[in-house]
Amino acid sequence: MMLTRILSGDFPRSRILALALLAVVIGLALAPFLFPGARAINVAATICIFVVLAASYDLLLGYTGIVSFAHTMFYGIGAYGVGLSLYNAGPTWGAVFMGLTIALLLSLALALVIGLFSLRVKAIFYAMITLAVASAFAVLASQLSDFTGGEDGRTFGVPELLRPGFRLIEAEIFGTAINGKLITYYLVFFSALALFLLLLRVVNSPFGRVLQAIRENDFRAEALGYRTVVYRTLANCLSAVVATLAGALMALWLRYAGPQTTLSFTIMMDILLIVVIGGMGTLYGAVIGSALFILAQNYLQALMRQASDGLVAVPVLANLFHPDRWLLWLGILFVLSVYYFPTGIVGKLRNLKRSPE
Amino acid sequence: MTTTATPAPAEGELPRLRLDVAPLLVLPILALLALPLVGSFPTWVTLTIAGLAMGMMIFIMASGLTLVFGLMDVLNFGHGAFVSVGAFTATLVLLPMQGWMQADSALMNLTALGLAVVLAMLVTGALGWAFERVIVMPVYGQHLKQILITMGGMIVAEQMIHVVWGPDQIPLPLPAAFRGVFLFGDVAIEKYRLLAVAVGLIVFVAMFLVLNRTKVGLLIRAGVENGEMVEALGYRIRRLFVGVFVAGSALAGLGGVLWGLYREMLTAAMGADLMVLLFIVIIIGGLGSVGGCFIGALLVALVANYTGFLAPKIALVSNILLMVAILLWRPQGLFPVAKR
Repeated sequence: MMLTRILSGDFPRSRILALALLAVVIGLALAPFLFPGARAINVAATICIFVVLAASYDLLLGYTGIVSFAHTMFYGIGAYGVGLSLYNAGPTWGAVFMGLTIALLLSLALALVIGLFSLRVKAIFYAMITLAVASAFAVLASQLSDFTGGEDGRTFGVPELLRPGFRLIEAEIFGTAINGKLITYYLVFFSALALFLLLLRVVNSPFGRVLQAIRENDFRAEALGYRTVVYRTLANCLSAVVATLAGALMALWLRYAGPQTTLSFTIMMDILLIVVIGGMGTLYGAVIGSALFILAQNYLQALMRQASDGLVAVPVLANLFHPDRWLLWLGILFVLSVYYFPTGIVGKLRNLKRSPE
Repeated sequence: MTTTATPAPAEGELPRLRLDVAPLLVLPILALLALPLVGSFPTWVTLTIAGLAMGMMIFIMASGLTLVFGLMDVLNFGHGAFVSVGAFTATLVLLPMQGWMQADSALMNLTALGLAVVLAMLVTGALGWAFERVIVMPVYGQHLKQILITMGGMIVAEQMIHVVWGPDQIPLPLPAAFRGVFLFGDVAIEKYRLLAVAVGLIVFVAMFLVLNRTKVGLLIRAGVENGEMVEALGYRIRRLFVGVFVAGSALAGLGGVLWGLYREMLTAAMGADLMVLLFIVIIIGGLGSVGGCFIGALLVALVANYTGFLAPKIALVSNILLMVAILLWRPQGLFPVAKR
């Protein structure tokens, strides 16, 4: 069946989940027409990119059982690669591909080196090493300000086709102008969709099965004859490459590359929250998680502002519901989800169906 | 805490442990190598003392982390939160007692400071106890979940600081007696750094004595080496776990107060920002080794200071380079702990 091939035989296995996924995909596919306004389309594009980013992280965390804190580094390499190339060589497609190639090669090399250097040892060691390397990279990016623009980052032009001023056709469709912004959005959307389906293919391949075997019991996987170091390193490289591509998409969308939007540790935490709350070891968790998280990031604060205003009389409570404290609630949700539903929202939904039996 | 440990002189029957000297020599060699590079002797002394002070503060914060890891195999990614909480708790004492802090009497300054430290250690200790109970206990032995859950704990703790103390940075001026510098000829030494060195040395010596000269210390060291055996001998290692976790958190609180005063500005993320440095220190020292942690902290701080003076651009990545160099020499860190 067509659908089986597209989804690589990995179905949502829960009616509610399937509906939610469908809603997210349709919502994103028609976002420019359904939700007018610059902010809404920005949110939609961010969701697309974070789906890819979180899914590639899930390949490491959920499928292989590796905790890495260097994922934003690869994301940043992608963004900076395309960004700096466009900044220095001018807004041409050649520059985009040159930057992307350099970024991919750099990511691949770094992932390989870090992987071979430290994936032999325990999870904890790898987590610490990647944390150190990623922070060094972030420092480096902000220090080499002549090249990277430092803390301010770089704003750059994109190829003609992707500029907001560009009009494909003069007429408007459903009240939406067919301009470069829309084309960029669909570039982001379809790239994200393709990358996600590719990852789905990977985790459901024999290779993906080996990764899960390593997650469950690496000793046994080794005993069965799989070189776990090789598989882990490959997973690491693959995930780094996809994160780099996500970074490149982000750079094209924002027309800006800077430490705050790509390299900062906050984003690493965001990815971690998305993957864990959405559901580790289920790529669909990345979709649901990203959609919920980015929506919360953008719209939950308004809700909390109302709650906070309503509670002005109660001093501590008002602080608890202060719009800037939304991360507190997500943090609590994160801790609870690690305990009580380690497979996240997706796992919970799938079990819902099974439990009555 | 294995190789440096001098064994109990049990009627001379036990073979003495060979003292592992090489890592101890790294520190003086590094300092001496830096001397010709820096060029001027007074500058070198200033840099070295400043580095030592910095190293002491880092050691105080990192020691709890490495001990907890050594004993319980738990790497607390939320350790940085205790540092922040300690510093913020200190403001509860220091800001109302601003009069004492600014009084021109070292004794009054120290009293205020001492009270702040005691309160900070009590609060972070209690918080550590709660953290162990609520966050860490259910996930012993599961590394992946530990990393995630302690990370989540840190997010929550950091946000709670915002809830309690508000979102703004809090300035925390140094007490009057510890502002300014001592001048010995051309050598300038900040007074506060001397205080930090003194406190750091006291903590290190106290820790060393407790670990090597008391029954509890013996049990802790035995627990690091082989926890199951200690349990089999009839000791409740759970209680040791909790005790060490609380002590480690309290030390992080103490370090937080010192660090906060050193920076003179408190942010909720100050602890989290330090985590990378702390990890580097305990990796260099050998995970679980307190002695290694001490040397590692001093090494990191000295290297950061020297490179900061010689080549500011490299300084920010100097820790990483140092870590790589040490790991190439000794893949398990300076003082590898036997079990791992």
